[in-house]
Amino acid sequence: MSGDVVVHAHDEPTAVGDVDMTTELGRLVVPDPVFTASGCAAAGREVSAFNDLTALGGVVTKSIQMAARSGRPTPRMAETPSGMLNSIGLQGPGIDSFLSNDLRWLTENKVCAAVSIAGSSVDEYAKLAQRLRGQPVSLVEVNISCPNVEDRGQVFACDVNASAAVIEAVRRATPPTVPVFAKLSPDVTDIVSIARSCVDAGADGLTLINTTLGIVIDTETMRPTLAGITGGLSGPGIRPMAVRCVWQVHAALPEVPIMGVGGIRTGLDALEFVLAGARAVQVGTVIFNDPSAPTRISRELRAALAQRGIPRLRDAVGLAHRPPAPVVPEEPDPPGDEPFVQEPSPRVVTFEDAQ
Amino acid sequence: MNPVQVRGEVLSIKQAGAYFSMTVVASGIAEQTRPGHFVAVAVGDDDGSMLLRRAFSIYQVASRGVYGGTVEFIFAAHGKGTTWLSRRRPHDLVDLVGPLGRPFTLPKEPANCVLVGGGYGSAPLFMLADALRKRGCRVDFVVGAATQDRMFGALDAKRMAASVAFTTDDGSFGEQGRVSDVLPAVIDKAHADVVYACGPMAMLEAVYAVSAAAYNGQGIPTQLAVEESMACGIGVCMTCVLPVIADDGQTRMMRSCVEGPVFPGDRIRWDALGTVPDDALGAAAMTASVEVPQ
Repeated sequence: MSGDVVVHAHDEPTAVGDVDMTTELGRLVVPDPVFTASGCAAAGREVSAFNDLTALGGVVTKSIQMAARSGRPTPRMAETPSGMLNSIGLQGPGIDSFLSNDLRWLTENKVCAAVSIAGSSVDEYAKLAQRLRGQPVSLVEVNISCPNVEDRGQVFACDVNASAAVIEAVRRATPPTVPVFAKLSPDVTDIVSIARSCVDAGADGLTLINTTLGIVIDTETMRPTLAGITGGLSGPGIRPMAVRCVWQVHAALPEVPIMGVGGIRTGLDALEFVLAGARAVQVGTVIFNDPSAPTRISRELRAALAQRGIPRLRDAVGLAHRPPAPVVPEEPDPPGDEPFVQEPSPRVVTFEDAQ
Repeated sequence: MNPVQVRGEVLSIKQAGAYFSMTVVASGIAEQTRPGHFVAVAVGDDDGSMLLRRAFSIYQVASRGVYGGTVEFIFAAHGKGTTWLSRRRPHDLVDLVGPLGRPFTLPKEPANCVLVGGGYGSAPLFMLADALRKRGCRVDFVVGAATQDRMFGALDAKRMAASVAFTTDDGSFGEQGRVSDVLPAVIDKAHADVVYACGPMAMLEAVYAVSAAAYNGQGIPTQLAVEESMACGIGVCMTCVLPVIADDGQTRMMRSCVEGPVFPGDRIRWDALGTVPDDALGAAAMTASVEVPQ
């Protein structure tokens, strides 16, 4: 955000229809800031029964890899307080099937396609980006929360150099007109340093955050509930963590576009992310609870901005970072306006001596 | 079929043995429902802590009437979510998504059909029996449960079927034993051409084994509605998968919510349930990595 933002909090509310929801994600300009999050809406087809996807920002597809993947054995999921733990294992059809079926469906239905890619080596990410060249892809989101087989399974997203290497390779292989976003893991000591390394490597923007690692133990079997033992924790339970990450990164890198994701359930939740510094939001796990949530959240966010007299979404981005409003001392009441009233006071009581 | 999301009024909630039966006004769902379809029900309040929908087979629908379409489903209050659901009262609102899944397919010509239900898994079989009888099929029922109070639909079965066999694990109702113990005799007596079943996975496996061995090993086709735990019900979460042989002969981890819940018994990889068999599509890609899930 640049320039000063004036909040007309006490002016007449803006009409809901008047709010300009347009947002810029690098060179991609979309009319609405709400996307579906990767892994929570497949490639859009299933949720299109409940949402007009062309009216939303777009669909971030489930992360695709070069080869088809079976995913992990079941159980893959456990419900947690205000969330869920999952260990799917990136089940997917592989890039060829994705291009000829899923991406084609998105294109034919005029849905903005943000394609998430995942790899197990820098080379695989680069190859995926090359396969996407010339395809109708609006944005590439790089899921770097994957183990690097060339580095003992160390997760790319947890290392500044590995993150940068992936982003650099993807950026080089992607046409300059297509923004590349790095999706970061919150499971790091300093998310700002990872964010900075991704931006320095050419990322046009950042998606914050991926799931955070957890374990649920079944107290009947006295074993971990998930076959994969650990899983990714998501949903409203992790929302403050996600808002914190957006806040920290926006404070450090205010010019970098951020897509905020993590437990967004209502328009006000989305507004929190925007106020923390996100230009767009993604709705994920909540889709499982309410398949029409993306459409509802977009509507609620628009209404929330209108109620606050904010005519453009972009005016709200990062607004929570402004200094607190100065405290204006209340003017003392002018003397003489009110009749003098004697303060009531008790009478003085004296007591007898005790017997 | 085009699934819809409906916030409908609870018309009635009744206890049925160990189960609850809930009827919800859900026009849009009722009209499209075919036997074997299910609904995914949101539990808890709009800002509550339980996010995952609970999936229940549809027991019956009324597509017209005073209330518009209504949908009735059966559930057991065995967890926090279903206990919440069991405490809904008439006029409360419940959020349903449906109809979901691939329903049972019906024989084109009249055929002799044996329907096997375990616990409240028998719930979808009565709509099915109705549809089969309308096509001139003979219907025989096997209804089983752990105990008498967990048997669902005994009266419906008696009313609709040429014959009914009941089994309970403890012998409290019908014969003591499993549905698969009495199934061979029922298949013989009914000259069964096809077996339909819904219930726990172990029961379905036993039903499949009996059906495959029928007629001295010639076997008869089965259509089995599986019960896998689901999070969304609409095909996006990828949690309800099981290994199934696809039309091309390739084993794939299929979603029971959209590619099922009804599968032909001979397509299910019984040898590999709860695992990803090595020959499943994409299994090879898994061995190299230990990834942080998305």
